Amino acid sequence: MKEMISGSDALIQSLICEGVDMVFGYPGGSIMPVYDRLFDYQDRLKHILVRHEQGATHAAQGYARVTGHTGVVIVTSGPAATNVITGISDALMDSTPMVVVTGQVATPFLGFDAFQETDVVGITQPITKWSYQIRRAEDVAWAVARAFYIASTGRPGPVVLDITKDAQVGMTEFDYKKCSYIRSYNPMPEIREEDVRRVADMINESERPMILSGHGVMISGAESELAELAEKSDIPVAVTLLGLSTMPSDHPLYKGMLGMHGNIGPNINTNRADLIVAVGMRFDDRITGNVKTYAKNAKIVHIDIDASEFDKNILTDATIHGDARLALLRLLPLIGPRKRPQWLEMFDTPEQIEREKVIEHELHPDGQKMTMGEVVAKVSEATGHKSIVVTDVGQNQMLTARYSRFAEPRSIVTSGGLGTMGFGLPAAIGAKMGCPERTVCFFTGDGGLQMTIQELGTIMEYGTAVKIILLNNNFLGNVRQWQALFFNGRFSQTPLVNPDFIMIANAYGIKAENVETRDKLDEAIHRMLDYDGPYLLNVNIDETDMVFPMTPAGSNVDFVMLNSTDVYPID
Amino acid sequence: MDNQLFTVTVFTENQVGLLNQISIIFTRRSLNIESLSVSPSSINGIHKFTITCFSNRPMMERVVKQIEKRIDVLKSFLYTDDEIVYQEVALYKVPTPELLDDRTVEEIIRRHNARILEITREYVIIEKTGHSDETESLFDELKKYDIRQFVRSGRVAVTKSPEEYLTMYLEEQEQRLRNS
Repeated sequence: MKEMISGSDALIQSLICEGVDMVFGYPGGSIMPVYDRLFDYQDRLKHILVRHEQGATHAAQGYARVTGHTGVVIVTSGPAATNVITGISDALMDSTPMVVVTGQVATPFLGFDAFQETDVVGITQPITKWSYQIRRAEDVAWAVARAFYIASTGRPGPVVLDITKDAQVGMTEFDYKKCSYIRSYNPMPEIREEDVRRVADMINESERPMILSGHGVMISGAESELAELAEKSDIPVAVTLLGLSTMPSDHPLYKGMLGMHGNIGPNINTNRADLIVAVGMRFDDRITGNVKTYAKNAKIVHIDIDASEFDKNILTDATIHGDARLALLRLLPLIGPRKRPQWLEMFDTPEQIEREKVIEHELHPDGQKMTMGEVVAKVSEATGHKSIVVTDVGQNQMLTARYSRFAEPRSIVTSGGLGTMGFGLPAAIGAKMGCPERTVCFFTGDGGLQMTIQELGTIMEYGTAVKIILLNNNFLGNVRQWQALFFNGRFSQTPLVNPDFIMIANAYGIKAENVETRDKLDEAIHRMLDYDGPYLLNVNIDETDMVFPMTPAGSNVDFVMLNSTDVYPID
Repeated sequence: MDNQLFTVTVFTENQVGLLNQISIIFTRRSLNIESLSVSPSSINGIHKFTITCFSNRPMMERVVKQIEKRIDVLKSFLYTDDEIVYQEVALYKVPTPELLDDRTVEEIIRRHNARILEITREYVIIEKTGHSDETESLFDELKKYDIRQFVRSGRVAVTKSPEEYLTMYLEEQEQRLRNS
């Protein structure tokens, strides 16, 4: 007879069979049998104790985004399960592989409003790829195998496993089989030859094509194939927020970021292009602005692994349904060499105007206080553009995206789809733990940092060497910007009365310093980067500084504000 | 975009929680489900949902893709009325005295091709299958007898197409399993 083990052992051994060596979590009543067993697996499975369950999910996301491996979270039932909702929703929006294990009250108590019972599967079905309640120990291995297969394949996403207490303590035989096939789920659709030929013809026949590179390029590891396609046919490349670092910033065909606060060239030229080749992106409204006028002179080619993205926001003329890298590999031999000097030249004027009217002002401001852009640019320079860049959400995020340069792929971790303030600090912890050999620079604001500031405790406990650059303007800056531009300057509930962040960091044993003036900035950045351990720079930022250029929500993509009064093009 | 009645069919694996997963896709887009019926399909272990909904085609095409995206959904199809043969069943509970007092009852039953399932001293249960306008029309006619209860099932439908797309899909997936 085979050896019997508990459901808790089965869970932990299943995780180990999936190659998991690190989990982020927080114990509690309905998951205690699992935590008890974890005690005996510490040599094989490192558990990172966060300070709030939301932090566990964002840390797992940060870990997953930089490693490409599935992030794992273990928490208890009830309030712990509701605390992970934000992270799960964020992971779904940003296609991040994550398996969240929630404890649950024992099966006989289900539906009786037992202590710390909540309908986790019901709550999480709309925000997961798959959500399943494990009620018997013998189902653990099957469910975990299925969970990892679903989370990590196709368009990655979060999976929830809600495991009842009786399933944790029940005994079962254990024989782990990885899942590689689900009849109703095909994560690697076969690419159709006729689609490839059609798209190749469209690219070869186009005069003014533009490639939009999204997160899918990073997920499928298609960075070099994308560059090859661009180079072969001389096509300018623009990236989405999550597509940052899918092409090196200094590549001659790299034309910058798309969207509301993107670069002028790619946004303006979206409406001049005759072909848009969108790879692994989903035409978010922050990219398209007004969909009725978006890319109106262009045919749209959409390459994506998720067929439900086709014709969702923007109607397509051709699609390739499949993995981005495989699709590009199939396309490449059919693409003829081209030179498109006149088309590429059309990016020069907007680039020059952006430099003069926007970038210059941001990098070399007149005022005493600093701008976020100049701080970001200096940190990026000081790291040789090689660090992993983590952001929070808001002005800090947009200006970090705009003024960071990227030399290496998989270097951006940011909450794009959901826009979760408080995402950054725990995500930076997860990113550093996933890639300990790389420098992790986390840019945040004074608002977002305080939403998950308790995770400084996690940094303290594990000595996680995250470099925190607090772009502190004592304001909820992005909302302030909208109030300044669209709400008559009525700063309703946006000024923040802040604590002494240095004292807070020091209380957690984290080295920290204030940077009050510009002349102290360079040295402070170097002290931070040279220091072997976590570090916080509290930088004094001008609260009146705004993120420009800006295409207001719902405007045409080629309507670009250069500042609060001028619109591109100006005479 | 003009709204019209669409019929969505969904074939799923026999897993828990699918009804919720499918219905929230409609709810999130402010779409009302007009009727819904769920039953085992002709293939062992596969369940079939038949859903009707008023909307426009682009919206319904998005809905169908979102339904298919759910892991345990095998396939979902979108139809207009001309592409399917469909049917509903309605039951009417009418007080017996009122019905007997009126000599037209036989004529009504015959004309509507309805049938009587049960008669007691107090009430009569009439059954009628047909399209909703037909069951509706019998309802209108029986109204004068003071209908006590009326219930109509969800639509059930089969396609007119000679191709059996679900079978083809299942064969493709068998092939995928063999190749993996």
